[in-house]
Amino acid sequence: MKIIVLVKHVPDAQFDRHLNGEGYTTDRDESILSELDEYALEAALQLAEARGGAKAGNQVIALSMGPSGAVNAIKKALQIGATEGVHLTDDALAGSDAAATSLALAAAIRTLGSDGPVDLVITGMASTDGETSLVPAQLAERLNLPQVTFASSLEVDGGRLTARRDADTSSETVEAPLPAVVSVTDQINEPRYPNFKGIIAAKRKSITTLSLADIGVDPTQAGHTGSWTRVLSAEERPPRTAGTIITDEGDAGIKLVDFLAAQKLL
Amino acid sequence: MAKVLVFIDNPGDSLKKSSLELLTLGRSLGETAVALNGKLHDDVAATFGEYGVGAVLLPSAEDLDDFLVAPKAAYVAAAAEQLGATIVLLDNSPEGKEIAARAGIRLNAGVITDVVAVDADGTAHKSVLAGSYNTACKASTAVSVLTVKANNVVPEPAAAPTPLETVTVEVPAASTAAAARITAREQKVASGRPDLTDARIVVAGGRGLDGDFGPVEELADALGAAVGASRAATDAGWISHDAQVGQTGKTVSPQLYISAGISGAIQQKAGMQTAKVIVAVNKDAESPVFEIADFGIVGDLFNVLPQATAEIKKRKG
Repeated sequence: MKIIVLVKHVPDAQFDRHLNGEGYTTDRDESILSELDEYALEAALQLAEARGGAKAGNQVIALSMGPSGAVNAIKKALQIGATEGVHLTDDALAGSDAAATSLALAAAIRTLGSDGPVDLVITGMASTDGETSLVPAQLAERLNLPQVTFASSLEVDGGRLTARRDADTSSETVEAPLPAVVSVTDQINEPRYPNFKGIIAAKRKSITTLSLADIGVDPTQAGHTGSWTRVLSAEERPPRTAGTIITDEGDAGIKLVDFLAAQKLL
Repeated sequence: MAKVLVFIDNPGDSLKKSSLELLTLGRSLGETAVALNGKLHDDVAATFGEYGVGAVLLPSAEDLDDFLVAPKAAYVAAAAEQLGATIVLLDNSPEGKEIAARAGIRLNAGVITDVVAVDADGTAHKSVLAGSYNTACKASTAVSVLTVKANNVVPEPAAAPTPLETVTVEVPAASTAAAARITAREQKVASGRPDLTDARIVVAGGRGLDGDFGPVEELADALGAAVGASRAATDAGWISHDAQVGQTGKTVSPQLYISAGISGAIQQKAGMQTAKVIVAVNKDAESPVFEIADFGIVGDLFNVLPQATAEIKKRKG
């Protein structure tokens, strides 16, 4: 199988995150591989391993679009087990919204399919910075492929996939022919950690760099100019401050209710 | 006047509050029409009239529910084109966002999710980075597609009801060809509690509950609240994953969030720090949740919560 996993280099949520500059884009210091993408990578590795892994010709390609630092997300994916990396990077991509991102990624995926068809594109359920979940659905629309999103289980048998999708009021079983675009939730598996062997092996794996010219996308279709939405202003919310903290002396439950009553919340 | 299309999926015999909110918001922006999927019940048609909806668009195909997202998105896009809509409003559910995502590509329209307010000129307001920034965004395209979070608009009928016209929209046949098919659907048992994402009050429990959600559920029921949980509690299997509040779960902005036995690490904070009032109960005085709580109690939740529940019942009579 040839599986492309989309990985994103995102600001670490453990630290304060900031919006800066023209278009109020995220500051990418202190960035990591988006946690939710580890589930996508694990799902891809399990499918490849069940078919004999890299030795049997199965490919798990980690594709990331982003500035130079995004290569770190690809390196992490290679350490975890991806067979090769592809870094789509171009100054003209800066400030891309979901529409521009999905256009560039769709073109990159078509380019990667030129030496052999892609069976699956797997993504996380959302990025942990933008958190819109738009890109997987927009990729499916642009590539005209079946969309199987928010999968909490995934099986591939022959040329078909079956997935489970859990919504609040119902659970659905979904079937689609390959190739398809799949996004997976954090319920689908337990992602592995890179081990020493994986870290050493990753040094020998290749990372291909692609520019917009390589994938046949005009710079005006990318970045701020290619985006269909604009951020007009961004204001940091004042951080919450601690209020009254009491220690229970046997009547804290009553005091809690007094507080709710005073706030007119009862 | 701008033409606004509101997508409503399978309302059954009555409209949800979030749908009424979309209709109210739509009317403030222009002339509203509804793209409906499913049967148009008489009571729903009457409510549309009361809310000033001029037209209801219905799909030519009846099997949109058999497929995931794609044909619904194709229908919404076709309806928007037929109507000449410049604003398309959808709910902010995972499926609502995905229908918006694909309809946006079909319409060459900018898509903005998690919207809490829309100005007359189409500028949308949303919070980003787990509630740490408020932003104003606008589509630079002729059409904008917006998914709107619940509980940000007060539903209000129009001054005068409008007569309702129904129109059929041809769903592009090709849209089902490359779509995933839903082959089985299993309804989950309803809890009888309010929906977590829409609830006015949320009572949430974490690791400190040690497997026993009883005290949280009893307090929630006394307050008419939804029950939430930290990732530690859902990962431990103490409660369904649907209840998870946080970065990888649901984001909630209730009037009141009561956190019990949750340390309040960043993963949890990301899902609840835009709540209006936060109350925290935790044994550990050093828990980060106390840094953001309006009222914090350092104490044993197994004493504090039942005492509060009994007191609320007493006061409510």
